[in-house]
Amino acid sequence: MEKRDIIQSFKDSLFTGLIALALFGPIVGLRTVSKGEGLFITPQWGVVFLLVGLCILGRFLINLNSARKTEITFFSKFTSKFSAITEDKAKHFAITGILFAVVFPFLPFTDRYFMDVAIMILTYIMLGWGLNIVVGLAGLLDLGYVAFYAVGAYSYALIATTFGWSFWICLPLAGIFAAFFGILLGFPVLRLRGDYLAIVTLGFGEIIRIILINWYEVTNGPDGITGIPRPSFFGLPFKRSPDEGETSFHLFFNFEYSTMHRIIFLYYLILVLALITNYFTLKIRKLPVGRAWEALREDEIACKSLGVNPTNTKLTAFAIGAMFGGFAGSFFATRQAFISPESFTFIESAIIVAIVVLGGMGSQTGVVLASIFLIGITEMFRDLEQFRMIAFGGAMVLIMVFKPKGILANRKPTILMHGDKK
Amino acid sequence: MLKISNVETFYGKIQALRGVDLDVNDGEVVSLIGSNGAGKSTLLMTISGVNKAKRGNIVFNGENIENKDPHKIVDMGICQVPEGRRIFSRLTVEENLRLGAHANEKGKYFENDIKEVYDLFPVLSDRKTQRGGTLSGGEQQMLAIGRALMSKPKVLLLDEPSLGIAPKLVNQIFVSIKNINKEKNVTIFLVEQNAKKALELADRAYVLVNGKVTIKGPGKELLKNKDIQAAYLEGGAKN
Repeated sequence: MEKRDIIQSFKDSLFTGLIALALFGPIVGLRTVSKGEGLFITPQWGVVFLLVGLCILGRFLINLNSARKTEITFFSKFTSKFSAITEDKAKHFAITGILFAVVFPFLPFTDRYFMDVAIMILTYIMLGWGLNIVVGLAGLLDLGYVAFYAVGAYSYALIATTFGWSFWICLPLAGIFAAFFGILLGFPVLRLRGDYLAIVTLGFGEIIRIILINWYEVTNGPDGITGIPRPSFFGLPFKRSPDEGETSFHLFFNFEYSTMHRIIFLYYLILVLALITNYFTLKIRKLPVGRAWEALREDEIACKSLGVNPTNTKLTAFAIGAMFGGFAGSFFATRQAFISPESFTFIESAIIVAIVVLGGMGSQTGVVLASIFLIGITEMFRDLEQFRMIAFGGAMVLIMVFKPKGILANRKPTILMHGDKK
Repeated sequence: MLKISNVETFYGKIQALRGVDLDVNDGEVVSLIGSNGAGKSTLLMTISGVNKAKRGNIVFNGENIENKDPHKIVDMGICQVPEGRRIFSRLTVEENLRLGAHANEKGKYFENDIKEVYDLFPVLSDRKTQRGGTLSGGEQQMLAIGRALMSKPKVLLLDEPSLGIAPKLVNQIFVSIKNINKEKNVTIFLVEQNAKKALELADRAYVLVNGKVTIKGPGKELLKNKDIQAAYLEGGAKN
């Protein structure tokens, strides 16, 4: 590296320091403390200098790194290798992943907390896979996906509490309701694309949430619905002391009673639901309708000229994506036993979209990695309390810097096998 | 076979077609030439049903199609190769062809149909697992034509197949178009700026100026027409 480059990077870092000073000076440097008579400002310049120093150093290091003309920095080397491995051995990866997921509850270090996090991650994976149909395959940017999650959860909760039907009857019903809402959203947005579509779907998500808050007679408004029946193991409830005439899970199988049974059951339930979503998506991509989704994402006019009916294609994408959102919603309702509109805010939609985009639009494995990364990171940094969201944001920025097209950006052809067979 | 009478199409308030009359008979190659903005592509889009005619009739095999949805029109046997090819670039060659068979996808004749396309354009067969976007311009054009053929059209509408393609490949593509017409018995309606090539190939041809047909006649005759030579062939001719 030439001397000129070093001087240049040094200047640049100083400039960065200046910006950092301007930002951190007032934000961190001037701390307001409330004492008896009012607010007082206590300066804490030491921290500011530390932060600014870190910024300068960081910038300088980045500059040095990029000044080395070779493009392969440490990170991109790492990530490209990573992507190559998963792309080549996607199948092995998937099988290992599933096997790990299956034995996970019985690993020695797995405790209640790990199980809860795992269930949460799996819920997001399922939502990600559901949304992947709409965003990744059909290319319709849906920022209101949480609406279908909410419709599924509320349908499940209302049906289960009103009629007392079992989980396995309510689940498909909730899915059908959500799919119906998917079509309901689909019709007005048929002619919209890109940003305009995103805005309308965003509005749709909010409309559903506001209806849930205000339709007091049905949804119980902001108080939410309580006492949603817990799922039972094919009719065997997970209770310490079953009601008369009932046998509970641990008595039937002669186990010692443990609250973990229910958690483990929930874990396998969401695992199976998620895998069904994945299997369905992988299969449907090879069918005419799935291919039409992808074609529609690529070029709508070409689709029309080839006799693909864009109306049906878009509506099926919305409906099927919504259906899986509804399934996930039912699961959420039965797991929590309590739902309220607060669980279905825009940030949920944003996280799901982030998972799909960061995973690499349309990549099923990418969704898994992104879910683990995003949800896992926010959980790992739970101790940091309010700084947790910084970790979340930081994770997103890192992915976008090093993998601008998502973790796994390559689309897998659907009929490679067919070509190989000949 | 295809009869277009007095068709007018608008983009908002702007009128693109001002009463076009034109017909295409079974088994013919009919060319439509004209300069930029004459309304050539609009006419094709109107026949395909992507744009709707405000006035006038389009009759295909005795049935009015001017108000039908594009996918219905493809089902009836009119398929368009749109301008600029519009390949599904992230999908493989074979997936692109599969999508072409969308209108008649029963899987039944697919193997046979796709073989015919590969025979017609062997280069596609070599590249079947390659992404559409990685093909050269000429190969993409072949793929676009092959893709349209997968729907087993009776009439193939071609919008500027020579656009942005090396001259050598243009010749090859025009030979293929001729083969499609003669051997597969597909009627061709060709829209071109490359007037010389289009007129040489055509049984009959039309000239479109400002949304109206101004000259029509057999292709060979129009090649000799003084006005056409001045406007479309000499100097401006690119082949």
